[in-house]
Amino acid sequence: MLRRIVLLMGLAAALPAAAALNVFACEPEWAALAKELGGDKVSTYSATHALQDPHRIEARPSLIARARGAQLVVCTGADLEAGWLPPVLRESGNAAVQPGRPGYFEAAQFVARIEIPTKLDRAEGDVHAAGNPHIQLAPRNLLAVAGALAQRLGEVDAANAGHYAERHKVFADKWRTAIARWEKEAAALRGLRVIAQHKSFSYLFHWLGLVEAGTLEPKPGIEPGSAHLAQLLAQAKAQQVRLIVRTPYDSPRPGEWLAERAGIPLVTLPFTVGGSEKAQDLFGLFDDTIAKLREQRAP
Amino acid sequence: MQRIALLAIASALALPASAGEEDLKALRAEIAQMKQAYEQRIEALEQRLTVAEAAPQKSQSPQHGAAPAQAAGGFNPEVSLILQGQYRRMKDVPERSITGYWSAGGHDHGGGERGFSLDHSELIVSANIDPYYRGMLNVALKNGEAEVEEAWFQTLGLGRGFTLKGGRFLSGIGYINEQHPHAWDFADAPLMTKALFGEHYGQDGLQLKWVAPTETFMEFGAEFGRGAAFPGTDRNQNGVGSSVLFAHVGDDVGRSHAWRAGLSWLTTRAKDREAHFEDTDAAGPNEVEGLFTGRSRTVVADFVWKWAPDGNPKQRNFKFQTELFRRTESGDLACTSAVATSPCLGSPALGDLRSRQSGGYVQGVWQFMPQWRVGYRYDWLNAGSKHYDPATVFAALDPANAYFVGYRPQRHTLMADWSQSEFSRLRLQFARDQSMQGVTDNQVTLQYIMSLGAHGAHKF
Repeated sequence: MLRRIVLLMGLAAALPAAAALNVFACEPEWAALAKELGGDKVSTYSATHALQDPHRIEARPSLIARARGAQLVVCTGADLEAGWLPPVLRESGNAAVQPGRPGYFEAAQFVARIEIPTKLDRAEGDVHAAGNPHIQLAPRNLLAVAGALAQRLGEVDAANAGHYAERHKVFADKWRTAIARWEKEAAALRGLRVIAQHKSFSYLFHWLGLVEAGTLEPKPGIEPGSAHLAQLLAQAKAQQVRLIVRTPYDSPRPGEWLAERAGIPLVTLPFTVGGSEKAQDLFGLFDDTIAKLREQRAP
Repeated sequence: MQRIALLAIASALALPASAGEEDLKALRAEIAQMKQAYEQRIEALEQRLTVAEAAPQKSQSPQHGAAPAQAAGGFNPEVSLILQGQYRRMKDVPERSITGYWSAGGHDHGGGERGFSLDHSELIVSANIDPYYRGMLNVALKNGEAEVEEAWFQTLGLGRGFTLKGGRFLSGIGYINEQHPHAWDFADAPLMTKALFGEHYGQDGLQLKWVAPTETFMEFGAEFGRGAAFPGTDRNQNGVGSSVLFAHVGDDVGRSHAWRAGLSWLTTRAKDREAHFEDTDAAGPNEVEGLFTGRSRTVVADFVWKWAPDGNPKQRNFKFQTELFRRTESGDLACTSAVATSPCLGSPALGDLRSRQSGGYVQGVWQFMPQWRVGYRYDWLNAGSKHYDPATVFAALDPANAYFVGYRPQRHTLMADWSQSEFSRLRLQFARDQSMQGVTDNQVTLQYIMSLGAHGAHKF
């Protein structure tokens, strides 16, 4: 009997060590990155998926329950999750993942953000004081975040620090090679004039040298109206806009309206991991994004 | 360049015809000098521009790891202000109360007035105090008065799923009780909430919550407070005046559905809890105070179901919400009056009073396209049962008093609202209110809710 109890206790003690590190990612790209860096040492959960607008999430009971069991929370930050993450974390009662603790990781802190507003006024729409938070579509941003995240994984799960550092090295090498390839493939896209639904692709455009000729939203977070669309139509014709892009979660209607009248295609870019059939991991995300843009450039 | 040319033309024009050869030479030299200076400056600017263009690419390199200060949340508290007001068209009823129910009195968030009126404006300040606590203040401002609706601290570092809140806070009883009026889906509170608490059940005390370490959300909470609010009264004592227990369960079903169900239990005591009654004075009825002293227990069951296609509520979503309650009270009834001929003079005891009442509401709110929502709510209250000795009670109080009447109050409400952004909302609401026996009040409300400042939380 005693032996059995000792055995049970030993098992119970050994269990947490053997179990994978629970990572709660706010967006699929961070879940994918944590998986790249952690392999089987991490168990990832993504709070949102590609069909959800990361701005417009509610602090659902399921999210609170998942945050309760997390050892590391990996989010974009820069106010992207301002509407729902703070209540989720507070309600979870999980001290380890509160902002300021090692178990809380904000990716946007490790990259240079663009479109930082010079004026903070809601008359400009839902502006983010910290700049554009959709940082995942510039691959060098991911490289910077990967370095910081690998280090943080090593801090939170010190026993496997070496494992994370090793995997990071492999990932970073592969990623750098991929960047060189993507830049070559996308060279022809430089100067392409596009209209986006929301300021979701600014980092991608910045990286590849695409020119954003306008957005379907008149101002961030404000729904496209007919007057604004009519103005965009004139602009699209005058400025030789070649393409309209949207994320999988944006309503296709305003884009379709403009595409039909301006005679240019509307393309749905994956935006994040899981956003298209081919975007099943971070490499696939960029492969598919560039392929979709090139398809439109070809004719 | 253009400016130099203009300058040259201007000086040429201004040049008096009699100007000497020397002057002209000097002028030419000056212009040449200026031109050179300008060209140098332009060159310098062009150089700076190329550097600046290269900079963002450089700063995106992985070496750039410095963490810039967070502007919104950082060291400054998050401040938000809610502006709310309305136009309301309804019947002129002198003293509105719910037939068959003890008047909860207390405070009312406006809306009781006809015509144009300003609801109170809410000022909310919150921030992390240090790594261990968070604090929040919610003040409701009205003409000449500021009422502290909430003022609490909450622990951040207890861990193991525990959170402790202390101060004044809205009780976790039921579902809608924790929401401030600007978060409601209708312009007014459900009848049930009005009957149970007046508007909200607020606690001055402590709340301990625990989230179970399971994949299905399970939360348990206990509150201990002063219990000064209706249905209790302030009893000037050292002990606990009211306690609340609650349990919540919730989860997702597939990608498109999420739900939460809860069960809550409130127990408190009242001493000389007042309500207006009319007495049986032979010289004509007087308005007297009915007094209840005893125990009050309330059980609330709540259920919320939300649907959004693929979990993305931006375009379309639907929310179903219902709460049911049962209240049991037992104690003594008395009445009091200062009128010499009133049977209530000298505060006579009127014997035992026991009551059991129930009711609830169901509502559905549908966002059928971005910015636009419509909703329907049905409220009902049962008369329930009351036990007292009619001979004693009706010797002092008129049996026609609304409290003694067996009636089933109900109300139908339809609303439509329009939110151009997350921060503004305009709402039109029609209600057919039959909460008072013999009165059918068709109400029209046009309401605005504007939020300034910090981004509000999207609570479930």
